[in-house]
Amino acid sequence: MKMLEGKVVFSGIAIGKISVLKKADQSIRRWKVEDVEAEKQRVKAAKRRAVEQLQKLYEKAVQEVGESGAAIFEVHQMMLDDDGYMESIYNMIETENVNAEYAVASTGDNFSAMFSAMDDEYMKARAADVKDISERVIRILMGKDDNDVESDEPVIVVADDLAPSETVQMDKSKVLAFVTKFGSSNSHTAILARTMNIPALINVDYTEDMDGKMAIVDGKKGCLLIDPDEETLEKYRAEKEEELKQRAMLKELKGKPTETKSGRKMNLYANIGNLSDVASVLQNDAGGIGLFRSEFIYLEKDTFPTEEEQFQIYKTVAQNMAGKKVIIRTLDIGADKQVDYFNMEHEENPAMGYRAIRICLTQPEIFRTQLRALLRASVYGTISVMYPMIISVSEVKKIKEIVDQVKAELKEEGIPFKDVEQGIMIETPAAVMISEELAKEVDFFSIGTNDLTQYTLAIDRQNAKLDDFYDSHHEAVLRMIQMVVDNAHKAGIWAGICGELGADMTLTKRFVEMGVDELSVSPTFILPIRKIIREME
Amino acid sequence: MVSFNYVIKDELGIHARPAGMLVKEVAKLSSTVTIKKGEKSGNAKMIFGIMGLAVKCGDEVTVTIEGENETADAEVIKAFFENNL
Repeated sequence: MKMLEGKVVFSGIAIGKISVLKKADQSIRRWKVEDVEAEKQRVKAAKRRAVEQLQKLYEKAVQEVGESGAAIFEVHQMMLDDDGYMESIYNMIETENVNAEYAVASTGDNFSAMFSAMDDEYMKARAADVKDISERVIRILMGKDDNDVESDEPVIVVADDLAPSETVQMDKSKVLAFVTKFGSSNSHTAILARTMNIPALINVDYTEDMDGKMAIVDGKKGCLLIDPDEETLEKYRAEKEEELKQRAMLKELKGKPTETKSGRKMNLYANIGNLSDVASVLQNDAGGIGLFRSEFIYLEKDTFPTEEEQFQIYKTVAQNMAGKKVIIRTLDIGADKQVDYFNMEHEENPAMGYRAIRICLTQPEIFRTQLRALLRASVYGTISVMYPMIISVSEVKKIKEIVDQVKAELKEEGIPFKDVEQGIMIETPAAVMISEELAKEVDFFSIGTNDLTQYTLAIDRQNAKLDDFYDSHHEAVLRMIQMVVDNAHKAGIWAGICGELGADMTLTKRFVEMGVDELSVSPTFILPIRKIIREME
Repeated sequence: MVSFNYVIKDELGIHARPAGMLVKEVAKLSSTVTIKKGEKSGNAKMIFGIMGLAVKCGDEVTVTIEGENETADAEVIKAFFENNL
């Protein structure tokens, strides 16, 4: 078994034989022509034919992938109709007395180089479009017909790069996945894979001798497994089955409200730790984001992320969620997570040390930067802010003071922001015990069961020796949740659970009965939990 | 000659699809439409002329309309920018 790594542009699992798509030989010879006019006429005719072909492809693509997916073929026609492009070809024939094929190839190279040189990933990717239209004209000039995947059974299509015209010509029922050596997340292959709902990998360094071999595309981890052994195949078949089940569930439950038969509603949100997770939040039809861990912004950098960098990330999430609630948790790192530039001292007991809100209140400049970015992004959607590791009312008051100062600053600078909902994580026994007082200060509670359990049971979750003592359903924790929910409701605010316990399906029913208003879970748990709730009385 | 300035709001800038739509729109008019960004300018009748400007979100462009029906055509083009870009 051989494994090649690649970058995932669309997730999923595919199992089948590889079909390596070879480009037709397009080596262009250059020769001198005597009759320049005749040569120009050849180009003109080939161009007309190419536009006709593209029109047919456009019509086919409209049927298969819809109008917006098909628009590229209309754009291709316009590219061929571009006066500058045609002029350049004619000019080359006239001044250099070269043959049509050569003139089209050179012009194609020039125009595609113009796009490649642009300082913009999207525009760079358009170089492939110019190549594609030029190659089409050349094929016609050379009297070659369009190539296609030739196979009776569905295959994993492997190629250097796939032009839109190539992908649309393929019989979609015969494609299991796309794997390419080049391409980008903006390429048409990526877009098509998304519409077709099949996995796609790019940057895979394949070799032609893989043609016809059995393979697995793992569009989760991002790898291509060639000649897998029976054990691996079995494992992936099971995963594929799981994926199909999930899809069936999605079809059944997508767009349906999360409520019991008697009509009690539950807000079912998703936990995410990175921008790239937003796609799966939307795919799994979450009602919002209940926990956006902002740590990754700090962990991925070598120095403090700027306000602008943070703003762009929060804005993107808010916009992508299109008005659905996005609860962003402020910085929650401590000595157990290594961020060099924070210069954190070694601690004997980091779980109980200098971390999260304690850092933010001690070094308010770090906190202010994040708050400014959050508030600025608030106008682009529905953002809520949540503060971690709270143990006292005075902390919350201090936070609110800082938030008010930041708002005043923004107002003075004329920068727009919305009034965001502010809530706290309930993850210390102290916060549980004083939740009645805390509830008067904030707009919502979100219970972080991981830390709450560890602090309540005095058990380090990383210590495998303690597994026998650990009980995730410990009555102490469940009673604490009940207490928090009751105190929240008394003050007229809502309470949710964003820890791992929220996704524990053996407890879903109990949480509903306890009056929990929101569960925030990993995106893949959204639909199974919705199913449980919808089946409750 | 009529001209107006416009700041692009589309996140991708003037990408292939709106550029194509603009070409179609301009083809219906009798005026010559030119888009200028900084030093560079392009004829809006040609898709490469437009895409070659690499106009991004937030960029300001100057759009010039010249011809017999320039006043009416300018309204059409302006509406196009506002609705699509």
